[in-house]
Amino acid sequence: MFLLCASGESVKVFSTATEECLHALQGHTDLITGVLLRPSNHLQAYSCSLDGTVRLWDFTDGILIRTYSIGYPIYGIYASAKHEGVIFIITPMHTDTNSELFQLVAVHLPQCGEQLVEAKELSAVLSNISSNPAASAFGREGQYIVSAKPLQLEVYFFKKHKSYSFFLKKDNQKGGKNTFTCITCHPTEDCIASGHEDGKIRLWRNFNHRKEYTYSTLHWHHSAVSSLRFTPEGTNLLSGGVESVLVQWRYNQESQRDFLPRLGGAITHISVSPDGALFCTSHSDNKITIIQSCVKVSAVIQGLVKGDRIRTDLMIEPRSKALVLNGKPGHLQFYSLQRDKLLYNLDIVQQEYIHESGLEQFEVVMAAFDASGSWLATVEERKQKAPELELNLKLWAFDDQKQSFVLNTTISAPHEGRITALCFPHVSDGQTTMLVSTSRDGHFKAWQLAAPAHTEDEGPSWSCDFLGAYHSLVPECCCFSADSSLLAVGFQEVVTVWTPASWELLTTLSQPPGAVRDLCFGRLSCSKYLLGATTSRLLCCWNLLTCSLEWVTSMDVSLLLADPLSENMAAFCFEAGSTDLFVFKPGEPRPLFSHKALCSGRVTHAVFVPREVMLESCDEASQWLNCSHLYFLTQSMDLLTFITKAEEDKLTASSKQLVVSDDVAMTPFHLLLGKHRDQLENPQAESRLSVEPIRQPSSSAGINELLQMPAHVLPSASFLCSMFVQSLLISVNKPSEQNKEKEEEMESEKEEEDSDGEMESRISRPEHMPSGESGCAAPALTKEEVRELRRLKKLDHSWMKGLLD
Amino acid sequence: MASYKPTNIPVYPKLGEKVTEETLYWKNYKTPIQIKEFGAVSNIHFSPVTPYNFAVTAFTRIHLYGLLSQEPVKTFTRFKDTAYCGRFRSDGQLLVAGCEDSVVRLFDVSGKVALRMFKGHTKAVHVTDFTSDRYQILTGSDDYTCCLWDIPNSAQLNTYQEHTDYIRCGVTSQLNRDLFVTGSYDHSLKVFDARVDKSVMTINHGHPVESLLLYPSEGLLVSAGGRYVRVWDLLKGGQPLVSLKNHHKTVTCLALSSNGQRLLSGSLDRHVKVYNTTSYKVVHNFDYPAAILSLALAPEDESIVVGMTNSILSIKHRKPSEEAKETAGHQRRRPSYRVYAHRKSYVPKQDDYLVSKPVRQHLAKYDKQLKKFNVSKALDTALETWIRGRKPEITVAVIRELDRRGTLKNALAGRDEQELSRLLSFLIANLVDARFAPVLITAAEMILDIYQSIIGQSPVVDKQLLHLQSLLERELDYQKDLLEVLGMLDTMFASSLPKIELPCSGISTSNGLPQGQSTASRPQILAA
Repeated sequence: MFLLCASGESVKVFSTATEECLHALQGHTDLITGVLLRPSNHLQAYSCSLDGTVRLWDFTDGILIRTYSIGYPIYGIYASAKHEGVIFIITPMHTDTNSELFQLVAVHLPQCGEQLVEAKELSAVLSNISSNPAASAFGREGQYIVSAKPLQLEVYFFKKHKSYSFFLKKDNQKGGKNTFTCITCHPTEDCIASGHEDGKIRLWRNFNHRKEYTYSTLHWHHSAVSSLRFTPEGTNLLSGGVESVLVQWRYNQESQRDFLPRLGGAITHISVSPDGALFCTSHSDNKITIIQSCVKVSAVIQGLVKGDRIRTDLMIEPRSKALVLNGKPGHLQFYSLQRDKLLYNLDIVQQEYIHESGLEQFEVVMAAFDASGSWLATVEERKQKAPELELNLKLWAFDDQKQSFVLNTTISAPHEGRITALCFPHVSDGQTTMLVSTSRDGHFKAWQLAAPAHTEDEGPSWSCDFLGAYHSLVPECCCFSADSSLLAVGFQEVVTVWTPASWELLTTLSQPPGAVRDLCFGRLSCSKYLLGATTSRLLCCWNLLTCSLEWVTSMDVSLLLADPLSENMAAFCFEAGSTDLFVFKPGEPRPLFSHKALCSGRVTHAVFVPREVMLESCDEASQWLNCSHLYFLTQSMDLLTFITKAEEDKLTASSKQLVVSDDVAMTPFHLLLGKHRDQLENPQAESRLSVEPIRQPSSSAGINELLQMPAHVLPSASFLCSMFVQSLLISVNKPSEQNKEKEEEMESEKEEEDSDGEMESRISRPEHMPSGESGCAAPALTKEEVRELRRLKKLDHSWMKGLLD
Repeated sequence: MASYKPTNIPVYPKLGEKVTEETLYWKNYKTPIQIKEFGAVSNIHFSPVTPYNFAVTAFTRIHLYGLLSQEPVKTFTRFKDTAYCGRFRSDGQLLVAGCEDSVVRLFDVSGKVALRMFKGHTKAVHVTDFTSDRYQILTGSDDYTCCLWDIPNSAQLNTYQEHTDYIRCGVTSQLNRDLFVTGSYDHSLKVFDARVDKSVMTINHGHPVESLLLYPSEGLLVSAGGRYVRVWDLLKGGQPLVSLKNHHKTVTCLALSSNGQRLLSGSLDRHVKVYNTTSYKVVHNFDYPAAILSLALAPEDESIVVGMTNSILSIKHRKPSEEAKETAGHQRRRPSYRVYAHRKSYVPKQDDYLVSKPVRQHLAKYDKQLKKFNVSKALDTALETWIRGRKPEITVAVIRELDRRGTLKNALAGRDEQELSRLLSFLIANLVDARFAPVLITAAEMILDIYQSIIGQSPVVDKQLLHLQSLLERELDYQKDLLEVLGMLDTMFASSLPKIELPCSGISTSNGLPQGQSTASRPQILAA
C-alpha cells in the first residue's frame, strides 16, 4: 500500500507498512495543490500545481509518465470513472493572480504518447466557486458535482446540464456560523455531507428538486469541521477538525459514533484507501496518521514538527547532537539533523492539551542544556499579562536507563516577571550544579543543585542559591565565560560581571546609550573578550583584562553566537530588510566571512552544530566551517545551513548520478540493462561512482536496483540466490591473480580459505560500508584489504552479468 | 495516540517540622498511657535487670510498675511524708528512697517493710543512690550535707559538708565505687572521692543544679539547672564542653538513650528535648500536657516514662518494628503463594514473544469527569468533603485546570445555595494560603461576578460573603504590616552592612572608548 502526499513542490510516496518515504515525485516548479489517483488505473496518479501543469505519475516506481500543460494556476483537481479522459480543475476566473473568483473547468486530456502535452480543450462547468479543494466533490457515479460557496450549495447534474443552488441563512438562532467548510458525497446514494464553521455536519438529500430538498444535522464538533470523507462502501462517514478527534459516524445510524481522540495537531485532511481498509489523517503539525478501519492508529509519519512559532532558541542536545526546538504544543522536539528525522518529543508541560482556538495554553518559552547534556532546564509560561502570569521552571535530568530526560524539579513561579534568559555554566568535567535565570522583575537568580536534606527526598534537587539585582534595572541577557569563572549579566545599558564562586560584583561595563541586547564571551584564545550587542545598533567588544572597550562597530545585530569549538563568532545583522551574516574572531578586526543579504527578515534563531568529523580546511572563506555547521532559522521558518565548496561538490555529484539514470530510464528493465551496459563499457565510470558518498547502506548499484525493483519483474528468488551468494564468495580457482601476490600473502590467503563462513563475513563488511567512507579511509587500509576491495569491485556485478546473459 | 494526561497535582514542600531519621525514630511510639498518681511525680527509675520494672516516686508512695502493666505491681507506702528519689540497686534487689522527714529507707523489692532506716540527716533527703560496690548508699539532703552509709550495719561512713545550699541531685560512678558527684542549689557541682574527706573537683554551673547525669564512659558529666543543660569534660578537670539553652523554663531532669547517642532533657516548660550527643543539636521534641519533673527511658528505648507536676505519669511504648510485622504478614500469605506457585514457575524463554496486556490507565474521579468535559461535576467531585478538608491542593489543582481550559466560569455557575456555600467555605478556608491564593482569587472574583445578583437572598451565603470580606481585610492589614517590617529591615541592613566599593563606578564615561589612564587604576581585577 502506498500513501501519496503533496509536500511543497514534490509528491512524496510513503509505504503505509513501514512509514518510509519511498520516492519523492519531483518535477513541479510550484506548490502542489492536489493529488488524485487516476480513476481508470489505480497505479497512476495525477498531481496538479500552481505552476499550471497536471502531471501523471507511475507512483510505484516514481516515474513521470506525462505532463499536461494547462497554463493557469490550478487549485484543485477532480476526476471520476464515468468521465473518461476528462479531469476537472479549479482555476482562477481571471488571469491576474490577485483574482478572488474561481471556476471549475473540465479539461479533456489529449491521448498521445508524448511526454509534454498541452491540454487545450477547456470548458467551464461551474463558476464563482471556492478555491478550497475540499469544498467541491463528485457525486454518486460521477452523475453530479457539488460545490460549496460560503453560504450556498451548488449541485450540477451532468446529464441534465442543470445546476441547483441551496442557500443557508447567514446565522441560525444560536449564533453559530453556517458557512460551509468542506463537502463530500456518498458513493452509492444521493446524499451530500457538508461540514460547517460551527461544527455541524449536514446531510443533504433529495436535492434534485429545487424546493423539496431536505437535510439532517449531525453535531459533535465544537468548532469548524475541516474534513469529511465517506468510506468507499458508504457505510461510515469520517469527520475531523480542530479538536484533533477523528469521528466515525455510521451512515443512517448517526447516533452511533466512534472516536479516536488525541491524534496530535488539528486534522486538516482525511483520506480513505480505495479498499476502505486504511484511513489517513494529516495534521497541522506536519504529521500523517495512518489508521486502520477499526479506528486504531497503525502508523505515524512525522516530519519536523511545525509549531505556531519558535519561542526557544535552537539548541543542540550534547549527547545525541540532535537539534532541539519547540515541537508540539507544550513539547520539545529532538530532531536528528544527520538523518533528517524526528527522534522524539519530550513532554514538558505534562498537561492535557485542549484543542480550542483562542485558549491560552502553556508554552515552552525557554530551554537550555548543560555542557554534558545531563541536565535540561525549561521555562513554560501561560498568560502574558503581568498579574496573571503563570511560570514554571523545570529541571530535567538525563536518565541513562530510559535514555530520556526525566523531570527532577519543578519550580513554580521562579520569578515574578517573565524570564528573559537562562544559562548553564560550561563545566567541561564533572556535574553542572548551577543555573542562572534572569527575569523582567529586575532580578537574576542562581539555582543550585543541592543534595537531599531529608530522608524522605529521593535525590538531589534544585533550589535558589542567590538573588542578584543591580539598581533595580531589568536584566535582559546573561552569559558565562568559557571557564565559567565569570558571569556577565546585561542590565539594560550596563553589563555587570559577577564571580559565581562568591557572588561578588566584580565590575561593570557600559556603552550608553542603548540597552544591551545580547552578550557573548569569546572562547579559547579570545576568552578575555566580552561582546555585547546593544539596541543602539552597536556591537561592542570589551577586554576583561583591562576592563576597557577594545573595539566598537556600528551594526544592528539581531543575534550573536559563539562557536563552542573555535574562537569564531557569528553575528546576524539586520540591515535594510534583510539579514547579513558576519563571522569573525573577537581578537581580529577583519571578519573571516561575510554574506550580505542572506535572507529577508530578521534571523533570531541560529545554532552552531559541532561536526562529527573535523574538516581539513580547503579554502580561506569556508575555514570557519571546519569545526561546526551553522544552522539558522529564517522568519519564514525555513531551516538553512552553510556548506563548504567540497561538500557542495559531493552533493551535486551524487544528485548528478540520479539525473543520469533518470534520463536513460523508461522502465525498470531499461534502467537495469542500460545502467549495466554503461558499467560494462566504462569501468572507470564505475570506480568513480563507488567513491561517491551515497547514503544507502549498500554501495553496489546492482544490488540497489535489485532491491528496489518490483518483485513481479524479477526472476525467482531461488534462481537469483545461488548467483548472489557466488558473487559474494571469492572464487578459489583464480590462480593468475594469486600468483601475482607475494608468498606471505598467499599464506594469509589460504588461512582465509580454510574458514569459509568467516571469510564471507569479513568480505561482506566492506561491501556494506558507504563507499565514500572507504574512499576516505583508503590510506589506512592494509595492503591485503586493498586487494580484497579491488577484487570485490570486479566481482560485484559478475553475478548480474550471469543473469543477463 | 497519546493517552489522557491526568491533572497535575503539585507537590508542595511540607511546612514546619522537617522529617528526619531522628524524628521517625522518636515518633515511632504508641499513644501514651496516662496513669494518675497521688501527687507530683518526682522521680522515675528503671530496674537495671529484667523484667525492667520501674519505680515511680510520687508524694508519699513509691509504685513499682511492670514494663507493660498499667497497674502497679508493688507499692511502698511506709513513708511518713513525701518520698524522694526511689532508686534500684544495680542487681535490682534493693530500693532506696529519701523522705521529707530526713529518714532514708532501704527496701527489699519483694518486701514491704523497710529493711534499714538511715537516720542522721536533719532535713529532707532528696538524693539517694547506691555506690557501684552495692554496699554503700549516698544521700544528699537539704541540710547542705551529703553522707555515705554502710548498708550491712546501717552506719554513717562519712559526711561531707561542703555545699552551701540544698543538695538536690547526685549520682554515683558506676566504674569506681568511691567516686560520686553532687549538685546543689548553690550553683556548684562537686566531685567527691570517698577515700579522701573532701571534694576533689568543684564546677560552677551558674544556676541551681536540678539534675546530674554521668555518661556511661564517665568522661562527661551533664548538669541541668535553670534553663541550661551543660556538659562538662571530667577528664580535662571539669572543663565546660557545651552549654545548651533550648528550654525556656527550668530543666528538671536528664536521661540518656540506651545507646548513649542521644541525650534527653525534660523541663517545666512541658517539653522533652532530644539532643544528638555528637553535635549537641536538638533533633526531636516531645510535648507534654504539664510541667515535667521526672523522665526515664527503658532499656533499648522501649518506652519513655515521664512524670509531671499534675501527678500524671505518661508511658509511651515503642511500636513493634516493621520487620516483625513483615514476617508476620509473610507467614499469613504463604498458603496462597503455594496455590499460584505453578504460574510463577514458568519463566519466559529468550525467544518467546511476550504479549502484554494493555495497561488500563487509572484515573481519579475528577479526571474521569474532566476527560469527558463534565466541568461542573469535576468541580463537585473535587469539593467533596474528604478532598476539600484533607487535600485542598487537589481541589485547587482542579480549579486551576478548569481555569486553564477556560471553563471555570461554566463550572462555577448555576449552583444552588448549598453548593455555593460549600464553595465559599472552601474559599474562606484556603484563600489566604499563599500556595493557593493566585488560583483562588481568580475563582473568587468569578463567583462574585456570577452571583452578585443574588446577594441578599440567602442569609447563609450572605454571612459567608461577609466572612470572606473580613478575612480579606485582615489579610490586607497583615500584608501591609509585613511590608512595613520588610522596609524597616531593609533600612537596618543598609545602614549596618559595610558599603561595597566597586572598582569601576556604575555608568561612568571612562568605561567607554579606551582611555589609556583608566586602565591603570584597576589592576586588582586582573586576578579575576
